Amino acid sequence: MAQTKTNTEDYLRMYAQMVRIRTFEDTANQLYLSAKMPGLTHMYSGEEAVAVGICEALTTTDRITSTHRGHGHCVAKGAAFKEMFCELLGKEEGYCRGKGGSMHIADQFNGNLGANAIVGGSMGIATGSAFTAKMQGRDDVTVCFFGDGATAQGLLYEVMNMAALWKLPVIYACENNGYSEYTATAEIAAGSITARAEAFGIEAHQVDGQDVLAVNTLTQDLVARARKGEGPFFLELMTYRYHGHHVGDINREYYRSKDEERDWKDNRDPIVKFRGWLVDQGVASEAEIEAMNAEIKQDAAEAVEYALNARYPAESEVDMHVYADIEHALAPHTA
Amino acid sequence: MREITLSQAVNEALAEEMRRDDTVFIIGEDVAEAGTPFKVLSGLVEEFGTGRVVDTPIAEPGFMGLAVGAAMTGTRPVVDLMFGDFLYLIMDQLCNQAAKTHYMSGGKMRAPLVVRTNLGATRRSAAQHSQSLHALVAHIPGLKVALPSSAYEAKGLMKTAIRDNNPVVIFEDKLMYNDKAPVPEEEFLIPFGEANIKRPGTDITLIGTSSMVQVCEKAAEILSCEGIEAEVIDPRTIVPLDEATLLASAKKTSRVIVVDEGHQSYGVTGEIASRINEKAFYHLDAPVLRMGAMDVPVPFSPALEDLTVPTPEAVAEAARRLMSGEMIHAA
Ligand SMILES: Cc1ncc(C[n+]2csc(CCOP(=O)(O)OP(=O)(O)O)c2C)c(N)n1
Ligand SMILES: [Mg+2]
Repeated sequence: MAQTKTNTEDYLRMYAQMVRIRTFEDTANQLYLSAKMPGLTHMYSGEEAVAVGICEALTTTDRITSTHRGHGHCVAKGAAFKEMFCELLGKEEGYCRGKGGSMHIADQFNGNLGANAIVGGSMGIATGSAFTAKMQGRDDVTVCFFGDGATAQGLLYEVMNMAALWKLPVIYACENNGYSEYTATAEIAAGSITARAEAFGIEAHQVDGQDVLAVNTLTQDLVARARKGEGPFFLELMTYRYHGHHVGDINREYYRSKDEERDWKDNRDPIVKFRGWLVDQGVASEAEIEAMNAEIKQDAAEAVEYALNARYPAESEVDMHVYADIEHALAPHTA
Repeated sequence: MREITLSQAVNEALAEEMRRDDTVFIIGEDVAEAGTPFKVLSGLVEEFGTGRVVDTPIAEPGFMGLAVGAAMTGTRPVVDLMFGDFLYLIMDQLCNQAAKTHYMSGGKMRAPLVVRTNLGATRRSAAQHSQSLHALVAHIPGLKVALPSSAYEAKGLMKTAIRDNNPVVIFEDKLMYNDKAPVPEEEFLIPFGEANIKRPGTDITLIGTSSMVQVCEKAAEILSCEGIEAEVIDPRTIVPLDEATLLASAKKTSRVIVVDEGHQSYGVTGEIASRINEKAFYHLDAPVLRMGAMDVPVPFSPALEDLTVPTPEAVAEAARRLMSGEMIHAA
């Protein structure tokens, strides 16, 4: 079970994980800009304290479900750069052998049941994962990540109802980054988001999603209580995405101003904030932090280089994995 | 051999599998004390408790999604979807999530679950409680689709479905719940992808699914009195489909009618007919005929509803036309 983060090692790991996410995203963005990555991807930069604050309160056997903006959750839950970049590039050594890509990265070994390209699509899956834990008498907890836009999906209210009725160990984590694609949250969400959960009798909290310690402290408490059967819980994490909705969303002043973006980056950056705290508290020196940053940068560079040179899956893989226990779904019939 | 109803057969299959494997559970609306509106599950909650026979709110996408997540994490849910017509409500969770879990994860995750639901018209239930929608899910790679045609198949296919490591949709004909058939007392399973030759014959092949197997058998009796020996084949699962048995029969008789209760257009009949055309064309003496449900929403009035589903007489008449050579010119 997760311990209160009182020691240096835990703080430094939280910091490192946030930097790993930012570095992964910066590298992925470069892959897109240099036309080396097939398709599009949604950047998590700016929201790092949410994924890290929450996942650092979980163990490997606790599970998460993730979203189209899922690289942050994946890294925070313990995934490795190499397999992640391989997946983004559609390579054989990717987490899903290149069959999922950015929007479907799953890392079941670390308890990540997968990103999802259907907005709100994993709310049932997360609730079902918590159902398994309860049914099998295990004490693991599942966290369901989704955006503010996804709160408009009816599925959320169906599964919260069941989770509340059956006291399932699930935490619904709404990452409110102020926008659902190109539309401000205020235009798509009536009333209060936390009040919706409260209507089902679910304890709900709004928390500053740029403050990794606030997120982590609260989540640790909720996870411990969920393990004891006091769940479900709901979190609304106030945060901001730095990039466009996806990497191709460059000219976006028609829906949000550059001033607003600058304000979040300059005054509320989760990494800068936490770094300042670490130095103030004497947990790490500026030099130690710079060394960590450099090491992570180096890791990412090596992983991306590896992925760029890695093999694509063989053509024969196209009809593999359609069904479990059937090697090739389209193998010629015996006729 | 003892005879039991289709309803009892399903109940037995579920009870046996739940005794054998404690990760199997049933989830759906009014499945526990009520045992479903069709009473198929009566008695199961008494044996297995409400922890494994789970009553849900009326939230089909919700409990379907929950089942996907439960399946992905080590259980084997049997989702009870009260009417096949409600498939439209669970499409995202079934087709975007469950069906693609194994593929999108490169084989690392899987969703072994069963959706048990029903099909069949002529129950005077009108357009939203009478549809046969198995073609919708058969279209989706990653799903398997079973269509039992009697109590025997209902039991054997259900047991196989529960043990399968993939999402399986099994459609029971809701008009057959009280129909009895011989079902062995001892345990048996029916493998997927093995068609059953219900009646051997030499002159024409009638391929029927689910409710239409009986229709084809009755048509074969009518035809036999006229000296036409029809072979009746039940594919039992349409995904996977036992092409080999269907093609061998087509090559032998050289005339084929495919009968299925789904709408005729863009449906199961068209798919099977075209596979036979592609792979047995030079053995055929006539075009392969499709007979599905009429392409109209199922009407309420008995006077209209009965017109929409293939009948033994209509199948026999189509067979006569094929035998007479008329269809060669019609084609
Ligand atoms: C069911 C569904 N509808 C629409 C989309 C297209 N879409 C992708 S992301 C997105 C916005 C989601 O907003 P939010 O939930 O706030 O997540 P964020 O992108 O802000 O992280 C939309 C509309 C989709 N993928 N799935
Ligand atoms: Mg958003």
